[in-house]
Amino acid sequence: MAEKVYQRGKQSLEFGKEVYLAESASIVGTKEGEGPLADLFDMIGSDDMFGCDNWEDAESSLQKDAVYLVLKKASVSPNDIRYLFAGDLLGQSIASSFGLLNYQIPLFGIYGACSTCGEGLSLGSMAVSAGFADRVVCVTSSHFASAEKEFRFPLGYGNQRPLSASWTVTGSGAFLLSGEKLGQDSYGNGGRARAKIAGITTGKIVDFGIKDSMNMGACMAPAAADTIYQNLMDFNRQPSDYDRIITGDLGYVGQKALIDLLKERGFDITKQHMDCGIEVYDREAQDTHAGGSGCGCAAVTLSAYILKKIEEGIWKRVLFVPTGALLSKTSYNEGQTVPGIAHGIILESP
Amino acid sequence: MVYVEKGPVQKVSLERSMDRKMNEEKKQQYQEYVKEVTPTHNVFLQMTKAFVSGGIICVIGQCILNYGSSLGLDQQTAGSWCSLILVLISVLLTGFNIYPKITKWAGAGSLVPITGFANSVAAPAIEFKKEGQVFGIGCKIFTIAGPVILYGIFVSWVLGLGYWIVGRLGIF
Repeated sequence: MAEKVYQRGKQSLEFGKEVYLAESASIVGTKEGEGPLADLFDMIGSDDMFGCDNWEDAESSLQKDAVYLVLKKASVSPNDIRYLFAGDLLGQSIASSFGLLNYQIPLFGIYGACSTCGEGLSLGSMAVSAGFADRVVCVTSSHFASAEKEFRFPLGYGNQRPLSASWTVTGSGAFLLSGEKLGQDSYGNGGRARAKIAGITTGKIVDFGIKDSMNMGACMAPAAADTIYQNLMDFNRQPSDYDRIITGDLGYVGQKALIDLLKERGFDITKQHMDCGIEVYDREAQDTHAGGSGCGCAAVTLSAYILKKIEEGIWKRVLFVPTGALLSKTSYNEGQTVPGIAHGIILESP
Repeated sequence: MVYVEKGPVQKVSLERSMDRKMNEEKKQQYQEYVKEVTPTHNVFLQMTKAFVSGGIICVIGQCILNYGSSLGLDQQTAGSWCSLILVLISVLLTGFNIYPKITKWAGAGSLVPITGFANSVAAPAIEFKKEGQVFGIGCKIFTIAGPVILYGIFVSWVLGLGYWIVGRLGIF
């Protein structure tokens, strides 16, 4: 095993030194707890306030609890964590700042909109693979109510959501990345890990000029297509080399656009494609229109569902591509477009 | 030129618009494609729902008005009571989180009447209460209704001015 990080193609890395996604934790709110993945989450809140006084604080406590849970599950103390990579959707990332304050772990605060989970895992695995850290934790969160407040209207305001609009997932996912498996002996034998991060493809900002912030799937699909295409080129792979190609929160509109965009560029991913936003809710019963979205969407689905499938050996290699729409209320009001970004993570059986 | 030319950098010309102009045609194609594949609400169905729900709210208003008149109130006082009661009902329904559910079905039918206006004031007041009486409720209570108030008053001023001018010219 070469102790080296290989740069592959234009935008990708293949990790020579093993990076394990050793443990993960997911916490969700009530609506997600009524969805199709309900049985797979570690914890479901009985109330979306999570015992706090306001929505922002509730989201902070989600991150705090998710990190606590992942450390507990892995029997690792906060002192053994070299870095935290954390981000959320709120202005100035206050959910991360206040949620992680008490851990006293060196922190890199990051923002990639709903692709933050992918950005955190990318940076975390780079740090671990390069030997800058033995263990890091990556955590992201989103909360329906705080996101509505940040980007749209107060909750009590009556309006009609367009059919292309998505529903922000209330939830947080935390991931422990480690250079070795948990409980591995000094010879490198035994131990457990949920998956291995084999490589990453870092996305570019892609802008196809869509201005409709209520159709984020369409805004982000070109970015997802770009990252997936680049991943396949950089690693010289075909879509069939992956058991699944899983995007973060494109929803139904974005899924269709993604598949069509990639077909135009010569790849058909119809068989492999899955979207966390589509999986996390029951579209009809839960009235979520285009699907789930938010940093938490990709994170909790990865932790609860995707890693389980990899652990069980059902999927051997997965390309996980969280997608983000880059906008703020100000940029939207000032007439800017909504560009997208997507980060690819190659997950393999450990 | 955006920058003051100074020192050795003056020969560099900045092509700011370059990136944005690339692939304009492809973007245009994609935007048309998105318009095609994005599902939208059925306009006729929405209009029917709005007509029915808006109509019901107005009928309730009329009932209050008629009842007020039957108690011997004059037209204007009965009208004020009607608005007050409708606003109260709307604010209560907002507080109990029922009004958003009504509007989800009714659309403009419950957005346009005075109840919709009350909802748009009550909702931010509830949401931003946590940010304090001044910077929370005080500053943000009219975030949605503000434009209606501002431009409503402005338009009435313009109309008043017009009315005054027309009156001065002796047309009326």
